[in-house]
Amino acid sequence: MGTGSRQMYIVIVGGGKVGRGAARDLIGMGHEVCVIEREADTAWSINHELGEVALVGDGTEVHVQQAAGMNRADVVVACTGRDQANLAVGQTAATRFGAGKVIARINDPRNESIFRALGFDNTVSATTSIVNAIELEVNKGLQSLTRLTQLASSSFMLSQQRVAEQSSVVGCTVRELRLPPSTLLVLVVREGDDALIPGPNTTIHASDLVIAVTHVQHEAALRAALT
Amino acid sequence: MRVVIMGCGRLGSMLAGELDAEGHHVTVIDIDQAAFNWLGDGFSGTRVVGPGEDSAIQEVAGVKHADVFLALANGDNRNAMAVQVAKHIHGAPRVVARIYDPDRAEVYQQLGINVVNPTTILDQMVREAAFATSPESDAPSSDGDGV
Repeated sequence: MGTGSRQMYIVIVGGGKVGRGAARDLIGMGHEVCVIEREADTAWSINHELGEVALVGDGTEVHVQQAAGMNRADVVVACTGRDQANLAVGQTAATRFGAGKVIARINDPRNESIFRALGFDNTVSATTSIVNAIELEVNKGLQSLTRLTQLASSSFMLSQQRVAEQSSVVGCTVRELRLPPSTLLVLVVREGDDALIPGPNTTIHASDLVIAVTHVQHEAALRAALT
Repeated sequence: MRVVIMGCGRLGSMLAGELDAEGHHVTVIDIDQAAFNWLGDGFSGTRVVGPGEDSAIQEVAGVKHADVFLALANGDNRNAMAVQVAKHIHGAPRVVARIYDPDRAEVYQQLGINVVNPTTILDQMVREAAFATSPESDAPSSDGDGV
């Protein structure tokens, strides 16, 4: 993998699920990676899995970026769970260290316009990542998923939720769920099984990954309905 | 003037109270409802609960029609994002951000934001209070720029 492409130095800020996953893949592709992570425990765990790649510190700070060798970074990935931190990472890396390419994760899709206005065109919003994850997982129904992406950039979002073992919805059919208005369950991904498009009589199993389209204002209600 | 202040701590509430008393139209945003206790009973402005860097909250707070937006919350990153949302999304003509970290302050100054950096200001004042001895007069130095 990646033998045709040049090796790059990539600084990832935020070592949560997204940052760690990106680090794992990029290292696998032969790139040099540094993960800046605030929590020492998390950093330790990343080092344990991936080798000595994590640096403990606040990646929005100039001196931490300096220590991470930001001045020689080919790509910066800002993927903490807070948009204000991701913006600060990108702006500091670009202004102070002349970072060429900044990829910023956007947690709240409504912040996309501010990132664009400030010149960050390489953004990844959670909704988009989920669509990509689904595309990887299922090779069917791509056309409808593409349309969902467009919907998501308006006031509709794509969300996913894993059904907990002890959840009260286990064993219920979709019809019995108390879903909020303007909500549609689009896909149920079941381990060891193919994904399925749920109908009213589809039964929800424990640890199903339920993917739904909903209006942003009903996100919390949808979460509650699947808990 | 219409002033929107994000962050109702010691500084935010003090400024809000002063500007309100001077007759300005003041709106205060804070993520924590309890923070509004810092405002005196006489405060006649508007209170908005929520994250002030959120574009929708700024909309509610009327940043679109504000003359000045002040970001005085505790997080540097939060303040930096808030003033940029106010400026670039809502078109606030004048914004000021409190940024504690001198390195960050420099970055945002470079990006054209009015930054107040309490750390460097206090650094100077503490130095003066501790070390400044003026042989010419026995009164404490009144010249803020002199070191």
